[in-house]
Amino acid sequence: MRPFNYHRASSVKDALAIAGAKSNVKFIAGGTNLLDLMKLEIETPMHLVDIADTDLDEITTTSAGGLRIGALVSNTDLAANKTIRQHYQVLSRALLAGASGQLRNKATTGGNLLQRTRCPYFYDTNQACNKRVPGSGCSALEGFNRNHAILGTSDRCIATHPSDMAVAMRVLDAQVEVKAANGDTRMIAMENFHTLPGDTPHIENTLKAGEMITAVALPPPIDGVHVYQKIRDRASYAFALVSVAAIIPKSGTAQFAFGGLAHKPWRDKTAEKELLKGSKAFTDALLKTASTTEHNKFKVTLVERTVAAILAQAEEAKA
Amino acid sequence: MKFDKPAETNPIDNEKVVSQPTPRIEGPLKVTGTATYAYEQDKGLKNVAYGYIVGSAIAKGTIENIDISKAQRAPGVLNILTYKTIGSLGKAGRNNAHLLAGPNIEHYHQAMALVVAETFEQARSAANLIHVKYKRSHGQYSLVKNIDSSVRPERITGGPAYTSVGDFDGAFSNADVTLDQTYGTSGHAHAMMEPPASVAIWEDNKLTIYTSHQMINWALKDIATTLNMPIENIRVNSPFIGGGFGGKLFVRADAMFAALAARATKRPVKVTMTRPFMFNNMPHRAATIQRVRIGTDKAGKITAIGHENWSGDINAKKSEAGVRPTRMLYAGANRMTEARIANLNLAEANAMRAPGEAPGSMVLEVAMDEMAETLGMDPIDFRILNDTQVVGENPDKPFSQRRLKECLQRGAREFGWRDRPKTPGETREGDWLIGMGVAAAFRNAPVQNSAARVKLTRGGAVIVETDMTDIGTGSYTIIGQTAAEMLGVPLSQVTVRLGDSDSPVSAGSGGQWGAASSTSGVYAACLKLREKIAEVAGLDPKTADFVDASISDASNSYPLRDIAKEHGELTAEDTVEFGDLQKQFQVSSFGSHFIEVGVHVVTGEVRLRRMLAVAEAGRILNPTSARNQMIGAMTMGAGAALMEDLVVDEKVGFFVNHDLAGYEVPVHADIPQQQVIFLEDEDPKSSPVKAKGVGELGICGVGAAIANAVYNATGVRVRQYPITLDKLIHQLPDVV
Amino acid sequence: MAKDNLPISRRGLLKLSTTGVVTTAIPVTGFAEPSETDSKPTEQVVKLTVNGDKKRLKLDTRTTLLDMLREHADLKGTKKGCDHGQCGACTVLVNGVRINSCLSLAVMHQGDDIQTIEGLGQPDNLHPMQEAFVKHDGFQCGYCTPGQICSAVAVIDEIEKGIPSHVTGDLTADIALSREEIRERMSGNICRCAAYPNIVDAIQEVGEGNA
Repeated sequence: MRPFNYHRASSVKDALAIAGAKSNVKFIAGGTNLLDLMKLEIETPMHLVDIADTDLDEITTTSAGGLRIGALVSNTDLAANKTIRQHYQVLSRALLAGASGQLRNKATTGGNLLQRTRCPYFYDTNQACNKRVPGSGCSALEGFNRNHAILGTSDRCIATHPSDMAVAMRVLDAQVEVKAANGDTRMIAMENFHTLPGDTPHIENTLKAGEMITAVALPPPIDGVHVYQKIRDRASYAFALVSVAAIIPKSGTAQFAFGGLAHKPWRDKTAEKELLKGSKAFTDALLKTASTTEHNKFKVTLVERTVAAILAQAEEAKA
Repeated sequence: MKFDKPAETNPIDNEKVVSQPTPRIEGPLKVTGTATYAYEQDKGLKNVAYGYIVGSAIAKGTIENIDISKAQRAPGVLNILTYKTIGSLGKAGRNNAHLLAGPNIEHYHQAMALVVAETFEQARSAANLIHVKYKRSHGQYSLVKNIDSSVRPERITGGPAYTSVGDFDGAFSNADVTLDQTYGTSGHAHAMMEPPASVAIWEDNKLTIYTSHQMINWALKDIATTLNMPIENIRVNSPFIGGGFGGKLFVRADAMFAALAARATKRPVKVTMTRPFMFNNMPHRAATIQRVRIGTDKAGKITAIGHENWSGDINAKKSEAGVRPTRMLYAGANRMTEARIANLNLAEANAMRAPGEAPGSMVLEVAMDEMAETLGMDPIDFRILNDTQVVGENPDKPFSQRRLKECLQRGAREFGWRDRPKTPGETREGDWLIGMGVAAAFRNAPVQNSAARVKLTRGGAVIVETDMTDIGTGSYTIIGQTAAEMLGVPLSQVTVRLGDSDSPVSAGSGGQWGAASSTSGVYAACLKLREKIAEVAGLDPKTADFVDASISDASNSYPLRDIAKEHGELTAEDTVEFGDLQKQFQVSSFGSHFIEVGVHVVTGEVRLRRMLAVAEAGRILNPTSARNQMIGAMTMGAGAALMEDLVVDEKVGFFVNHDLAGYEVPVHADIPQQQVIFLEDEDPKSSPVKAKGVGELGICGVGAAIANAVYNATGVRVRQYPITLDKLIHQLPDVV
Repeated sequence: MAKDNLPISRRGLLKLSTTGVVTTAIPVTGFAEPSETDSKPTEQVVKLTVNGDKKRLKLDTRTTLLDMLREHADLKGTKKGCDHGQCGACTVLVNGVRINSCLSLAVMHQGDDIQTIEGLGQPDNLHPMQEAFVKHDGFQCGYCTPGQICSAVAVIDEIEKGIPSHVTGDLTADIALSREEIRERMSGNICRCAAYPNIVDAIQEVGEGNA
């Protein structure tokens, strides 16, 4: 871990001001991924701005009838929130499927969105990784890539985004609220928040320099059966091979988002239109651009089967 | 004392303390965080410096240049040790690869340098400022690709690498029913919770090293060899060890570096390995490819059985001897086994819990299941039909005791085996396909000479000292129980001191010999102390009783406390020396595993539902800790069956998944109800305390029972471990 | 033996088409980001309470809460198993909430109330959970044990507070102290010796006693 200066911000404004005045700055909230990466010198900030004392730890209702979740709200508190448990079950389920009790107590809403990939080559600084050192190559392409992406990949990077929470946020069409140093606030749709690797896998989201996530806004509750199914080798405390977040309304089309398939939580609204024709039409459309390797081609079958089962069970429940 | 004929009735048979379920005597220390592990032994020391190990970034090649100048200037740095500054080191025979790289590099993350600094943070940070220029050379990393170049070693663990009895080829080709299958087991990491760690202190020319080690005397000798120094000048201490499983049998770079750095800086130095460094630096259990051939007559009697095993190691040194169980477990007139080894430039392969027998039984016991199915027999009936009271390959050598049949039958009753799904894939509960599997458990139970010293103090307390270790096995408690039983005192009156090389040399913890051997050593020392006590009390040691903290005969009784007060502290030391009973009799532990799994019909995820083991391991010295050993080994075997896999990147030449997020071991949620039944027994041919090893029995066969249960649930036979969903999903029933 | 007899699903290890050519004599220096400056360590004073004792420590900002306890506060009961949030051995209670102390900086805990295993109970004055772990043999080597116990104490509290888990059936109903709930909630604490069912026995006993 490289030496750094630690600053404790008293407010969002203060945090943004400190960050604006320095270079190579990272905000730190829970730190559960950032410190992990700093120990390995994969992240090497010179300044840490701790935002623990800001007032971003509240969940409030929005005028639109949704919720505004402060960036500092812990994964535990969010999962346990009464409204989330009643009306956004997919989000509660996704959070509870992730990490461990200890980590969920510390990890925050904002930080969870900014988690970096768990690709083992990214985590080993002796290995080539375009995400860690642009231009150095991708060791995973011809290496061990059982848990790598099959959608939206590039020849520079096949890493996945490891979050469960973000997959639920994506199926809910949440908006990420970010604040710039000049005080401007903007909303970024989840769809546009994370990016695909393309030629720049080191860029993972559309945050601009100096911007800070202040909240995530959820739309009004979406009625229907909420499902979050996480598929993994170990029964708990493991990253997903594939995860499926689904909301299946009593009538109308279902919405699906996926984890473990891409560099970002994956949702394909065009493919969702095929749901009227059934599960297979949907997954065919969803996976038609899938690019698999020897080790991860099972993910195609796994998605097809899991989606089919979720839809079949929802039908049964309706009947 | 010599142990060269079966044990007769002795004071242990009273079982007033021994064999009673007893909470661990060191428990209160462990649950309060006051048990002191190696890295914590700097308590009270002044001026302690921190060492941080730098590992090689390539798997094979040479260091062309190592630039430490920037690191040397970093804040807090006291010293940097590399092969250039250290000079030549010895290599202990127990290490397959050198502990120190340079200029040659033998495997990825081979220790290359140590940065010593005032604080851990400074040492870690400076370690990343060392710049190394390597010359990479061609290495071999694939077992599969090196099968053709594999060689037959002289010997493997437990015997010759090639065995042949009768005419295997002829009998196999003439057999009525045959099976010829090839299987694979993955590489495994011990992944004990406490990373290797050492604190080294030099005073004049004497080295004291606190290190986390299973075998104190091996550590002592190997540190001496590595550092080219006399044994008398070294003290090794290891009172608490945060798990080993075979991974702490051999001296590692932390101990070597701590000692060298403490000498160089004239300060106490503490060194630990980081978790991501452990997987490619430390030994591992090698992956195997195994071929099993079984031939039977129409009734299912085995006429031919053959087992071949391929594995790899650096310098083609240590074979993962998967063929071991096949040499002995089942009857059959014509047989062969062969182990071959490939030279791979990966971190060294070495012993992990039940070396050979664990991966061997993961394969043999699936082959037995497949064969039973081919024969149309119940897999338990098939095993019982081929059960034997003499060693499979050597009918002249009887087992000292073998109750495998009873283990299988008792387990079947307890588990409800009769009600298992008869046709694979036919039982479903909701989204889960349910299946049951069975396997035999078999692990040899060797013994090792072991010494102890026992004192009766002036205050009437009993102190036992031996360099035996407790790696979680329960040594403290069973040693205390043994002394309490022998001297007729309550357990609370006994103090047990372990892990110090100043104490008599014990068997150490390995090969599941620790419990029976070390308590027998304590038994021997206690016999001597009884004689001394009887002598000063003026009683006949042959007839004197030691009960109620007194020595007595028909007419007299003297409290031990009074004797100690009157005659001063009494001390006795002795060694149990095992004769050739183990040559006349095959001493092994036996058991059966019963498993019920659920396989998710949509995703193929495998989840355990019930686990039962029935074990026969002679006298169970402490049913509480013995059960814990069994369930722990069953869980480790479940990990090997379902998730554990050291994945080799053949381009780079390393284990890719080198941390606890990438190398998954079972967590609480993976482990359901576990039941263990011990068949009440004593094996007088095994040891004076009539106990056999139990610490590794539980891992033998459990993986196969899981694999057989998955087959029973799904009808899919996966022959490459771990059995993960990607290997099942394409053959599961359609979803809709 | 023919290679095509081998089990075919071996992950990646059967990629026989690989040419096997390894270029020799390529100097490699690793792929770390180049260091932009030789920045100096910075120190800050941290004031917090540990097991009821007020502490004031001047620390390198890089010091984790775990290393602060073990290396600077002489509280070695909290264990370092992985230092990356992958094992749970370092679990402590911060303001009553369990966290992995390896993934938190000491400087982030100004004014916090930390409770470690040493604060729960001592060998002659065991906390009920510590006592239950001894009684049910909820450990072997003991290295993960302080983390298991801190976690266990928090799990009972979390269930009482109605915090749901991955295995909670109805997210809006009361939560039972079932073995399944305990197993799921304790899964962030790895025990390689695997005394798992014994740990669950201990927690269930203490939890039911409290109920």
